[in-house]
Amino acid sequence: MAKGTLYNKVWDSHAVEKLPTGQTQLFIGLHLIHEVTSPQAFDMIAEKGLKVAYPDRTFATVDHIVPTTNQARPFADGEAEQMMDAIEKNVRRFGVPFFDFKSGNQGIVHIVGPELGLTQPGMTIACGDSHTSTHGAFGTLAFGIGTSQVRDVLATQCLAMDELKVRRINVKGRLKSGVTAKDVTLYIIQKLGVKGGIGYAYEYGGEVFDAFTMEERMTVCNMAIEGGARIGYVNPDETTFAYLKGRRYAPQGEKWDKALAYWKSVASDKDAVYDDVVDFDAADIEPIVTWGITPDQSVGVSAQLPDLSQFPPSETKTVELAYRHMDLKPGQPIQGTPINVAFIGSCTNGRLSDLREAAKVAKGRRVAKGVRAFVVPGSQPVKAQAEAEGLDQVFKDAGFEWREAGCSMCLAMNPDKLKGREISASSSNRNFIGRQGSKDGRTLLMSPAMVAAAAIEGKVTDVRELVKGA
Amino acid sequence: MSRINQIEGRAVPVEGNDIDTDRIIPARYLKEITFTNMGNYPFYDERFDAEGKPKGHPFDLPQFQGAHILVVNQNFGCGSSREHAPQSLMRWGVRAILGESFAEIFAGNCTMLGIPTATLPQADIQKLQALVKEKPQTRFTLDLDKKVLLADGKEHLSFEIHESKRNALVNGTWDSTGILLANAGKTAAVAQKLPYVSGF
Repeated sequence: MAKGTLYNKVWDSHAVEKLPTGQTQLFIGLHLIHEVTSPQAFDMIAEKGLKVAYPDRTFATVDHIVPTTNQARPFADGEAEQMMDAIEKNVRRFGVPFFDFKSGNQGIVHIVGPELGLTQPGMTIACGDSHTSTHGAFGTLAFGIGTSQVRDVLATQCLAMDELKVRRINVKGRLKSGVTAKDVTLYIIQKLGVKGGIGYAYEYGGEVFDAFTMEERMTVCNMAIEGGARIGYVNPDETTFAYLKGRRYAPQGEKWDKALAYWKSVASDKDAVYDDVVDFDAADIEPIVTWGITPDQSVGVSAQLPDLSQFPPSETKTVELAYRHMDLKPGQPIQGTPINVAFIGSCTNGRLSDLREAAKVAKGRRVAKGVRAFVVPGSQPVKAQAEAEGLDQVFKDAGFEWREAGCSMCLAMNPDKLKGREISASSSNRNFIGRQGSKDGRTLLMSPAMVAAAAIEGKVTDVRELVKGA
Repeated sequence: MSRINQIEGRAVPVEGNDIDTDRIIPARYLKEITFTNMGNYPFYDERFDAEGKPKGHPFDLPQFQGAHILVVNQNFGCGSSREHAPQSLMRWGVRAILGESFAEIFAGNCTMLGIPTATLPQADIQKLQALVKEKPQTRFTLDLDKKVLLADGKEHLSFEIHESKRNALVNGTWDSTGILLANAGKTAAVAQKLPYVSGF
């Protein structure tokens, strides 16, 4: 078993008790809540006559079902309105702080936490959403949970958990121009597979991660779960501390220095022992596009789609299903694949830097005829800052729609959906069948700059050829 | 809470690797604020056409009605953490799942509902799926104490299950709230020692 890693240190300091099952009772330092996976959990604790044990360590927002056009209440969708009503009642009844539309801080839960400085190194963080791994970018153990576990955290601030193994993933060297954090995370998943991370926490490191901004680290950790790893993290460093300084919930004054000492102490030791170590060379990574129905079915933008013989026999059925669903063929280039819809947003790529990268591509160009393109900022502050920088105008001038904050067409629980066999270029995290709201719809995952390039050209395009120096 | 030592019943095979929770239950059904109706929706888009007519998915074939043991392949339940997925399977009738491997969050959610997720090697799962298709009336017994699967009363295959999950099921402690609550005092003590909880 791993020793001396951040995972081990944070696990040990949060362990309450070894349970008779062999699991560990783990204290959860921050519990984030949204409208979709919490109403049943609140009902369960109400039924048992329990309270929220640590309301000051619990924060709520709304993201999954919110419309990104007309947000006037009641929502046009009666079920969404009911869900909104439920979270409003629950946070009031149980005394949980709530970042709603009026707060100016509403947004995707994994963007809101870091933005407010709630997410800090050395914490355990749980949320009823698999992309909770995003918060690992700060050196936290952050993971998604189901609704019965949300109930446990509400009632006890603890979870019964099994310890994971730790795999260190080094990306060495320097990324080539035009290659982004999204490409790095898709590349790692392509190499290790969607099942490769089962039973592991991923510790990301190496020169590429040392040089990454916090937003880039969040993009990679966000998709740890797509590689099967429930947790992905980066050790905290000066980049982490600089990001946190001055944020609303970050410690201030002399408490800042004490916090720094704690945050530095949780980083993996130099002589830490890992259960597994994998090295990648940054120079091998190019912009990546998925072609199938799982996030590991991807190729570099200049490559051709793989032949069936390149997969183990046990994968044949899945690969055949992927080709059938996507209506693509082995041997064809991914570049030039026509698209109908372009979606920029999500907890993977809905932050300010993502919108800036996409706007650079959109600036002075026009969305191709027949393509429906829209940009959904990840939070109200992201939207406000983007507007202050004039990014909204750049997008609108290019023919993109500019929306309100939410999860939107990443999972299509709001009115933003693919129709019929439409195919999207999407900066989100899942290309699963039916994921974007049409059971026959198709998704090509890529970086926000690549989505913008696809929107302009109406087909999958190497952004490096469209924009010099991208 | 009940101890779960044995699960008996006929089986239903759902073949394919990486069957994600969006495929198990499409996101549009997550807008309901209770789990009550989830039993109507498992694999909905794979089972029904645009007019709502069944397309011949195993969950709709007559020979698999009333089955309690689901037999799947690799990385079953990957993707979204939605508990709606195991809730929908459970409310359809699934009491146990046998597979080559399971996604982490999904398997944890199953345990919380008292559903064992047992793993067997690929060759065994394939044999099992073939047997269930050929002889759907076969009655299986999943014995969690001995970690063996019986077919029509005869010992057939041995399986693996994460030891802590097995313990929780056989000791009846899979609904964990009560156990965690009992340690509230210790929880407070651990919290107090964490610099960020005490306010640095």
